[in-house]
Amino acid sequence: MASANVSPTDSGQDDDGNRRRLPGSKRRAALYVVLVGLLLFYLAPLEAGLMTAFKTTQEFQRSLPLVPPGPGGFTIEPWTVAVREMADALVNSLLLAVPATILSALLGSLAAYGLTNIDWRGQVGVVLLFVAGIFIPYQAVLIPLSRLFAIVDTASLLSFLWGLPFLQEHHANLINLIVAHTAYGIPITTLLFRGYYKTFSAEMLEAARLDGASAFRVYRRIVLPLSKPMFAVTLIYQFTQIWNDLLFALVIIPSGSGPAAVVTMALNNLTGGIIQTFNTQMAGAFVAALPTLLVYVLFGDYFARGVAGES
Amino acid sequence: MRNRSPNPRSDDAGERLRADGGTTTATAARRDDETGLSRYVSDEFLSSLPFWLPPFLLMGFFVYGAIGWNFVISLTDFAGLQLPTYDPATWDFETYARAFSDPTFWTAFRNTVILLVVFTALALVIGLGLAILIDQGVRFENGFRTVYLLPMSLSFVVTAVFWRWMYNPQSGVINTVLGSLLGPLGIDVRFQWLSGFVDTGALGALPLVPDVLYVKLFAVIFALIWQFSGYTMVVYLAGLRAIPTEQYEAARTDGASTVRMYWRVVLPQLRASTISAAVVLMVFALKAFDFIFVLFGDNPGPYGDILSTMMYRQAFSSNQWAYGSAIAIVLFVMALFVVSPYLYSEYRRGEL
Repeated sequence: MASANVSPTDSGQDDDGNRRRLPGSKRRAALYVVLVGLLLFYLAPLEAGLMTAFKTTQEFQRSLPLVPPGPGGFTIEPWTVAVREMADALVNSLLLAVPATILSALLGSLAAYGLTNIDWRGQVGVVLLFVAGIFIPYQAVLIPLSRLFAIVDTASLLSFLWGLPFLQEHHANLINLIVAHTAYGIPITTLLFRGYYKTFSAEMLEAARLDGASAFRVYRRIVLPLSKPMFAVTLIYQFTQIWNDLLFALVIIPSGSGPAAVVTMALNNLTGGIIQTFNTQMAGAFVAALPTLLVYVLFGDYFARGVAGES
Repeated sequence: MRNRSPNPRSDDAGERLRADGGTTTATAARRDDETGLSRYVSDEFLSSLPFWLPPFLLMGFFVYGAIGWNFVISLTDFAGLQLPTYDPATWDFETYARAFSDPTFWTAFRNTVILLVVFTALALVIGLGLAILIDQGVRFENGFRTVYLLPMSLSFVVTAVFWRWMYNPQSGVINTVLGSLLGPLGIDVRFQWLSGFVDTGALGALPLVPDVLYVKLFAVIFALIWQFSGYTMVVYLAGLRAIPTEQYEAARTDGASTVRMYWRVVLPQLRASTISAAVVLMVFALKAFDFIFVLFGDNPGPYGDILSTMMYRQAFSSNQWAYGSAIAIVLFVMALFVVSPYLYSEYRRGEL
């Protein structure tokens, strides 16, 4: 597609210049062929899924997975079934992911400020403990987590809440999950904010200090307003991570398919039947992925920065 | 230690925020009261505490506290409904002895190592290839990049559901494409990728021989590379963009071929990118759980079992809590072997 437009006169028009360009228009045509081929490879599972989600059971068994449904084979029933089966879980995931995302980003920003823009001896040791937290295998904390929430009975502790409108006892499980996701999100959010705060001019913050501003005031008036772009990166990254998690939910929410099930569990349950209803499964996968896909399509660059910051 | 290490931050330490702002008299008064302790507890330290200590305590309890607790549980006989005994006199390393004499453990260990090495190596190579292709000043660069990274934004549950359909023996994409290639040659086989069998029609179902090909494990690795190569691409692209243009020009003027230029000039400068991406990929490979759990449940069998699925199965399905926590500690130690040299070198370079 794009390769048809490439002629030697094009070269040098990109702002990046042609410093890294392979010479020769044939090679450039080959380059685009490879790039488009890879594009198809990365999209194939999604495309097959999308087509299958609009097919009747007979149709998806009969037709090729990558082609659209034929005449008489089109249906939207998989979508209505998937949404019906997963509606409660979608609400639960939203109730969980939004507060956990905001809390972990805010705590990460505070920690990064205290460890970057206020200078004191021995900081590196504390930073090391934060950063190491990114890399721990979560398997090493699963059993203590399940023990902790067996001992700390959030549902009874917060029993005064369950009479209020919209609040039900199974929300206690979501609160447990929010606490866990916030705690395990802090290392990566701290690292992301710290990378950003390192670039802040020391003179600027010094000037504010000379005006008699306290450390809190400097944070609220200067650092926090300047952090907006990094909050965008962190919120998007954390939302994606928390929305997509299955492992913590499996351990913290008892009896998998209970009323507190999150969206990844609901999708996994949807696929558990004996009859392989691939059309419903595919529709369910898209329903579960929709919020993160939307965030990715709208803010892909921010997501990429979060991913790169992980390293 | 800051003065001793080549830490770039030591230069501007003096210019940094001295957050002892506010009432200087109060500070002075406090200084008078203080003894030798003040040399260690500076005002900057005290004023930084409210910012990092609460997140640190929360994170520290859930990360380091939990790992310690997990280790203690691994020393007990915690199983079934019998609760762990927190009396050191009853602790022993029996669970570890049990793991090291359990063939299932060594199978899972072997698969974990294969996954770690093969997945990491391939994801690095493919990600580097993608980054080099994207870096040729292509049109629609953003579009290509967005699509290549897209799988990374999806949940493993979602991608596992997609790949189960891709690998479906009857009407999945992979067998359909293979069938249209092999059919004209008169070969009529259906690969059962996720169970490691091949349907040969006349001869019935045969195991994909030889077993050592680990078809099941490689089916998982292939799908994971589809999901993760975009990540390595992003890391390498950042590394490539950081290399000054002059170096490309100099190599070109010297008459170096493209391959030679990348091999001799570019690759050596991507060392830092490679190391950091490799660490993230290896740690991921150690804990890759969601994807395998959705495809195979908690018992993927000898060619799909890894330590993280074995740990979950022992603890949460068989209620062998102490045994599960011992396997978790093995995973933790493996992660430590991967991560600590990396963190140490980051510290030495003043990158922390």
